[in-house]
Amino acid sequence: MSRPERILTEATQSYSFSRRALMLGVGQGAFALVLAGRMTWLAIAENEHYSLLSESNRVNNTLVPPRRGWIVDRHGRPIANNRTDFRVDLIPDLLEDKDRVIAELQRLLGLKDTDLARIAADLKHARGIQPVQVVDNLDWERFASISVHLPQLPGVQPTRAFARSYPLGAAVAHLTGYVGAASSEQYLKTKDPLLLAPGFKLGKDGLEKTLEQTLRGVPGAKRVEVTARGKLVRELATRPDQPGHTARLTIDAGLQEYAARRLGTNSGSAVVIDCLSGEMLAMVSMPAYDPNSFTDGISHLEWKMLSDNDHVPLMNKVLQGLYPPGSTVKPMNGLALLAAGIDPSARVNCTGALRVGNGVFHCHKKSGHGGLDLKHAIMQSCDIYFYEMARRVGYDKIAPIAREMGLGQKFELPFASQRYGTMPDPAWKLKKYKTAWTVADSLNASIGQGYVLANPLQLAVMASRLASGRALKPSIIAGQAHDAPEIGIAPEHFAVVRDAMFNVVNGGGTGGAARMQVPGISLAAKTGTAQVRRITMAERAGGVLKNASLPFKLRDHALFVCFAPADKPRYAAAIVLEHNGHTVRNLDTPMIGRDIMTYLFDRERALKSLAEVEPTWGGDYKTRMAAESEAYRLAANAPPPTVAAQTEVGATAATEAPAVNAAAAADVSTAEAVAHTTESGNSVAADGTTERDQ
Amino acid sequence: MSTLDYVPKPLAQLPWKIILLVLCIGGFDLLVLYSAAGGNARQWAVPQGIRFIVFLCGAIVLSRVPGRFWPKFALPAYGVLIVMLVLVELVGAVRGGGQRWLDLGIIRLQPSELMKPCIVLAAAKFYDMLPPGEIRKFGAIWPAGLLILLPAALVMKQPDLGTALMIVASGVTVMFLAGVPLRLFIGAALGLAAAVPLAINFVLHGYQRNRILVFLDPESDPLGIGYHISQSKIAIGSGGIFGKGFLNGTQSHLDYLPEGHTDFALATMMEEWGLVGGVLLIVAFGIIVQWGLSVALRAEGRFARLTAAGLTTTIFFYVSINMAMVMGLAPVVGVPLPLISFGGSAQMTVMLCLGILMSIDRQNSNVTRW
Repeated sequence: MSRPERILTEATQSYSFSRRALMLGVGQGAFALVLAGRMTWLAIAENEHYSLLSESNRVNNTLVPPRRGWIVDRHGRPIANNRTDFRVDLIPDLLEDKDRVIAELQRLLGLKDTDLARIAADLKHARGIQPVQVVDNLDWERFASISVHLPQLPGVQPTRAFARSYPLGAAVAHLTGYVGAASSEQYLKTKDPLLLAPGFKLGKDGLEKTLEQTLRGVPGAKRVEVTARGKLVRELATRPDQPGHTARLTIDAGLQEYAARRLGTNSGSAVVIDCLSGEMLAMVSMPAYDPNSFTDGISHLEWKMLSDNDHVPLMNKVLQGLYPPGSTVKPMNGLALLAAGIDPSARVNCTGALRVGNGVFHCHKKSGHGGLDLKHAIMQSCDIYFYEMARRVGYDKIAPIAREMGLGQKFELPFASQRYGTMPDPAWKLKKYKTAWTVADSLNASIGQGYVLANPLQLAVMASRLASGRALKPSIIAGQAHDAPEIGIAPEHFAVVRDAMFNVVNGGGTGGAARMQVPGISLAAKTGTAQVRRITMAERAGGVLKNASLPFKLRDHALFVCFAPADKPRYAAAIVLEHNGHTVRNLDTPMIGRDIMTYLFDRERALKSLAEVEPTWGGDYKTRMAAESEAYRLAANAPPPTVAAQTEVGATAATEAPAVNAAAAADVSTAEAVAHTTESGNSVAADGTTERDQ
Repeated sequence: MSTLDYVPKPLAQLPWKIILLVLCIGGFDLLVLYSAAGGNARQWAVPQGIRFIVFLCGAIVLSRVPGRFWPKFALPAYGVLIVMLVLVELVGAVRGGGQRWLDLGIIRLQPSELMKPCIVLAAAKFYDMLPPGEIRKFGAIWPAGLLILLPAALVMKQPDLGTALMIVASGVTVMFLAGVPLRLFIGAALGLAAAVPLAINFVLHGYQRNRILVFLDPESDPLGIGYHISQSKIAIGSGGIFGKGFLNGTQSHLDYLPEGHTDFALATMMEEWGLVGGVLLIVAFGIIVQWGLSVALRAEGRFARLTAAGLTTTIFFYVSINMAMVMGLAPVVGVPLPLISFGGSAQMTVMLCLGILMSIDRQNSNVTRW
């Protein structure tokens, strides 16, 4: 019974097995086809997609910072260029066995303990692949020895880079500004990966900052093959960088350097303007910092030294310094008086003092000038003449002419931080102080004191407009000179004033020291002194204190505007020396003005003149700056200078530093304080001559 | 064979076509491993080659084992392996932490690996003993189910999801071939299909669900678990039709492809040899599987048939699960590609399967030729 059934089922089972084995085989074959299909899909249809991904895995693009465009002067002479810099960096992420590597570096490079301390401090704050500088400015032998030992130095990266260089150093500091590594805020704002590239520097101040887009260039790319762990395997093709464009300035580098040296130990500024085009030939503010030392970040000590200096080296005094222009406004006043109908031959009798209301206004010459007309009032810088005339015509007649000559005006220049001063009038005072304009205000303004504030550039523009009769506007980038229409003032009025300024220097006026020695060239000028303190009745009774006996901050500012040749003006200049006090003759404005103008006509003579006096000041600015910082370092008991890590300084431009703001605010507040106190009539007016007792 | 009379009979009887094919795959594998090591033979290629020769000789020795030996061997071997799996668990528990191998002093034995062919033998033995009339009854299912689930559960505890899956798949394949009613498999498949989405949504924890989702869209997690699959697909896809050339793979040489010499060796190979290499490898394994099934169809006796077909399927699962995983068609479960991936256990298992298959094949030819 069971037997046939079993045979049957065995046969059935065998058949069933064959059938199911076949099904299995078909299923397996089908799955093999699916696998092959998937392979085909990946390798053919998606090949392009995955090839790209494979490439982007394999290849790492690093940006090569572009060489920064040069800044050159009007003759093509470099003001800012790039020098080759061999440097060695550490990449924190790739650094293995830190202590051994650093010890090895110390052996190869001869690092000092101070360097090691700084590197250790920098490494502590470093993250990722941001390089930490070990040394820069290496000589070739040491650089080569690092390169040879590289396999034993994981994380060490020798780089041949370009560093910004300013051949003239401090002389161009406030012209060019300086460059530095981008701050993290700057990176977060733009997300531009170039800002993170090692060695990349961008403009932080001055023209370097405002011309950034022109100067920057296009970065190159270094393509390297890397492993998944970021290890470099080999270098692939490299795309070269495109250097930035050259920026050509109207500045004459030789003149710029000469003016910087000629300012000597002064805290001052000088501006020279071409009277044909308005182009600026020099823009000097001294003392200044060395922009080269900012390139790699400046040390705390150096920054503190610059901030503490009462000569405010961080401030661009040409554009940020505001000063009462003092007697330098008198030629401009003359134009206004003539326009208001004053006869140039009308005389005023100067007795040394003028009573207005219940106040007494003094002339700088206590004994008085006697009777004088406009020309002689300008020549002798008589205050009483201008008091009297301003009282007669009213300051409303003077302020518009002052503005037309450039005072209180804004000039478009590629500098981020500028201050424009004040050209006051009754409406301005009412708005600002809610009080009415008084006769005393007119009188103070008429001698460039009181509320009047101007920066040295405005004074230079005023001089250039007086000289040319045209509304010149200053420009500093070559090829961007502005149109300069004729000023609507009668040419004969200009002639009167120019003649008076000629006689300031050459006709027995206050600026005799400025007489030029160049045959056929004569200088026309106006001196000025701006008082920064109140002189009490008691002091006046006992004799006004000599500047030499006053502390630096209380001494008068010395000012000077000029143009040459007097008969056919070509160049105009303004020189402002803070707290100069007219104490040293060869450091006073007339001789500085004379020499700077001489340089434009007879370079040899100007250099000879400088060579005579420069040694008495302790050498040129580079020598003096080195000596000063050495003295400061010793006084602070600080270690020898090391290459500084990036300090917080990098974030703020020098011209926006707290020290600059404080100094600028102090200028304005002292000027205003003097303005207020003079209403009681205690003013002494300004004179342009060096104190005779020196 | 008669033309080659001067060749000793035992040698002449060997299935040389298959042995040559396996030698080709193994030799090719040495090139792949040589390249994966960045042009270094001693790192992976040499040890792999030595093991390959040893295991191949072992398989040839196995092929001389008489066919009647295997039915007697099946259940005792199964029992020993179960004991060893439990021992592995105990040692692991003592040492604290998951463990997969037993250190026997001379060799490290991985019982779970041996269980892959052994489950086939045991299930085949069970259905051989089962009277044919019983096959459609419940009694034909639960003992086999128990035979399969016991080792699978032990392996799962190690935890080794890939091996457990392969044990279940091999065992179930034998059940299928033995004639267990088709509706059961269809029903189970439908049930699984319904259960998986439910399990994903309600049973699995967040991280487990995440794994499944990453498998479905590896690019959504390029640095985590999706990284393996992404990089593997990049390697295969960027290889194109003819590959980047021997020693020119960048994904493997620059360490973007993880496990490029073990589980993801296929991607390493295809990056350099391209689609051509991949398809040829599928064809080669296809020939082996096809030969294994033909051995099964020719085999005499229920045990031999079920065993031959089951072992063939074990090889198939090995290859196909790895390939599907490497190409992003299956989750990453840690199954190596036999004969290609660096490592001894997969090599050993496949050679064991091949050895038993050759033994059955020799019995067939004895039966048919004598």
